Amino acid sequence: MAVSELVAQNVVKEFRDKKKTFLALDQIDLTVGEHEFVSLLGPSGCGKSTLLRLVAGLDKVSEGKILLRDKEISKPGRDRGVVFQQYSLLPWMHAWENVAFALKKDRTKTKQKKKELAYHFLELVGLKGFEDVYPSQMSGGMQQRVAIARALVYKPNLLLMDEPFGALDAQTRKEMQDLVLKVFTEARSSVLFVTHDVDEAIYLSDRVYVMSAKPGRMAKEINIELPKPRDWNVQLSENFLKYKREILVELQNQKKLK
Amino acid sequence: MGKLRLISASGILLVLAAWALVTYTGLVDALFLPTPTQVLLEAKKQLDDGTLFLDIEMSFYRILMGFVLSTIFALPIGVLMGTSKYWNAFWEPLVGFIRYMPAVAFIPLSILWFGTSDLQKFFIIFIGVFFQAVIMIADNCKTVKKSVVEVGLTLGLNKFEIIKDIIFRAALPSIWDTLRTIWGWAWTYLVVAELVAASSGLGFRIMQAQRYLSTETIILGILVIGILGLVTDLLFSYLAKIMFPWREREKISN
Repeated sequence: MAVSELVAQNVVKEFRDKKKTFLALDQIDLTVGEHEFVSLLGPSGCGKSTLLRLVAGLDKVSEGKILLRDKEISKPGRDRGVVFQQYSLLPWMHAWENVAFALKKDRTKTKQKKKELAYHFLELVGLKGFEDVYPSQMSGGMQQRVAIARALVYKPNLLLMDEPFGALDAQTRKEMQDLVLKVFTEARSSVLFVTHDVDEAIYLSDRVYVMSAKPGRMAKEINIELPKPRDWNVQLSENFLKYKREILVELQNQKKLK
Repeated sequence: MGKLRLISASGILLVLAAWALVTYTGLVDALFLPTPTQVLLEAKKQLDDGTLFLDIEMSFYRILMGFVLSTIFALPIGVLMGTSKYWNAFWEPLVGFIRYMPAVAFIPLSILWFGTSDLQKFFIIFIGVFFQAVIMIADNCKTVKKSVVEVGLTLGLNKFEIIKDIIFRAALPSIWDTLRTIWGWAWTYLVVAELVAASSGLGFRIMQAQRYLSTETIILGILVIGILGLVTDLLFSYLAKIMFPWREREKISN
């Protein structure tokens, strides 16, 4: 964790309308190290997705700074890859075209090379043989696999994932978690991952930020020191349960305070 | 599917049967409503002397030009209105105001400006169709999901690329539906323009027939316009299936 990929300092986000101001994020500090997998965990309304959108450059901070490799973020860019919760594929393109579309701005590669890369990354996410399929023909899980391939193909330094498996059934969700562990270990990218699922956060992450709601604040930061590579067995280990207890107690205390 | 076709056909047959019933029995005077036979005979006569195809050709040419002219201008302006708040601010009051002016009321003015030339027909179709098309195309673009636009932003696309490669592409099927609707309206305005000032075309033929009380010519004209409308409408939906194969595909299982 020598180098910091992402640093957020004193980030405040307010939403204003004519009548009132709503404080969504209050004094947020956050770091993501190089090759580090960091999760934002918290109840709905804690602003975790808002924070991710700020990092993605889709919204602007009200106060504070977000630095990506020491450069302040002002707009979206290809140094970050985003996997949204759902419905983010372009429906008029085949699976491989959706992946290759991420290389549109890359003028160094030929069309043929882009297609090869798209095929390669689709294979990596387990979609070999489904290159010529439209999103409308795919299940939710398959669509998210394509979205992950699209975010990986142009090799951004930092991947942002906004509850990417929130709309999937439990079984598919487990498969996708293992897929994420596998491909991100191989790609060695830094990841900022938003979830409300405690097990998912511990299982995937090197570090977990637990947030509290109204306004969104960082409540706790926990280093997950579980051996890697991980598989489902780790979820039964004592250490895993220790982390889970710690987080659940924190979330429970938040409720009592309300 | 076969069952639905049968139901569709029975609707049309029912109307035809009712028409036959009231005319053949003499319930309605043939002067007011001719029998199907009279209309068919009139069709044969017009086919033989070539007037029917000449009229269709003339009317089709006018409507096509009016429609294409309107679309060429409505498409870019509508897309820009749907994607840029500045364009929207400029055009919306203007377009919103003019589109409530009835195109038919422009006919006297149009004759003054363009005489009874084809240009006058194009103008009336344009007035009737263009402003509606702009508003509808703008709406088609405004309803594109924010999520696909954000995908473009995160992939580093600039504003122009987002409009061209994402918003326009995503809105294209609904824009196509808009054009299909607009095409139907263009027919109405064409016939109105031809009724008032023309020396050829389906609308002119109908108007001329009224003078000689030849109702079978009127009915024939109306039927032909209906059939042409139906055929072009089917063509629009057939082309949509070819152009947008990604819609309504069945799911495959993994």
